[in-house]
Amino acid sequence: MDFSDDAALVAALQTGEERAFAWMLDRYDAPLRRVARMYVATDAHAEEVVQETWLALLRGIDRFEQRSTLKTWLYRILMNIARTRGVTEARTIPFSSAVNATTDGAEPTFDPDRFRPPDDPDWPGHWASFPPDWEHEPEARLLADETLAVVAAAIEALPPAQREVITLRDVEGWAAAEVCNALELTETNQRVLLHRGRARIRRALELYFESSGTS
Amino acid sequence: MTPPADDFPCDRFVELVTEYLDDALPTDERRRLEEHLDVCGGCGSVLEQFRTVIRTTGVLGEDDVASIEADRREQIMTTFRQWASTRPS
Repeated sequence: MDFSDDAALVAALQTGEERAFAWMLDRYDAPLRRVARMYVATDAHAEEVVQETWLALLRGIDRFEQRSTLKTWLYRILMNIARTRGVTEARTIPFSSAVNATTDGAEPTFDPDRFRPPDDPDWPGHWASFPPDWEHEPEARLLADETLAVVAAAIEALPPAQREVITLRDVEGWAAAEVCNALELTETNQRVLLHRGRARIRRALELYFESSGTS
Repeated sequence: MTPPADDFPCDRFVELVTEYLDDALPTDERRRLEEHLDVCGGCGSVLEQFRTVIRTTGVLGEDDVASIEADRREQIMTTFRQWASTRPS
């Protein structure tokens, strides 16, 4: 049975319908563990965080007022539990991280040296030397385990607020509006964080392709 | 290398890639950006690079967590049944 209608799903959960909960579990347990893993140090801890999240969902379902989707609410519960747990593990993502969204890890997308200076007589702000073209990188190389490991390490190293946005938008594939809602960010801050995060991953990949030769 | 024949600077383009891909630019800005893309191979490469970043990042979401194991699923379903049994029917 398909519980993609949120109101029907919530009503079924509130009446304790087993199929509804099983549907949630099969759909969200794995991605919730992946998101939890951002905040805590081990897979086992992430499993515990998600288990607590399911329990908190059941305990709170009667009070859920459907001002957001159930999915958004579920991820908010998860992030609250995981952040608290992450603090005790000293992998802190401060609640106020979004406040500094535009300054936290702010740096230009490309090194300014890559462009002609502002006083260039002909083409100020245009490329001094063209960026590498990745189009000739073979598909197998782009999606190789080693390349994906470079991307994963770059995400791990991001400032926390960027890491949260990248994980939800680009790893989990959420829409911008969903991310704004779950993380309580403005559209602008969400996009700034996303762009900075992508820019850092891009740099990591550029370095990797350069150092490993064919680019 | 020939610089592109327009007045849209490349260091501006690289800051707008995500806004462009999210279709969040004002119409006029979007048109100028696209006209720049038509003449600037370097910025075209950057657009492709960002698309590659998004694609490889998305692959991480496909395969790096196993779907739920039977034992774990049963354990959580047991918790659910206990919870459900205490509900007023």
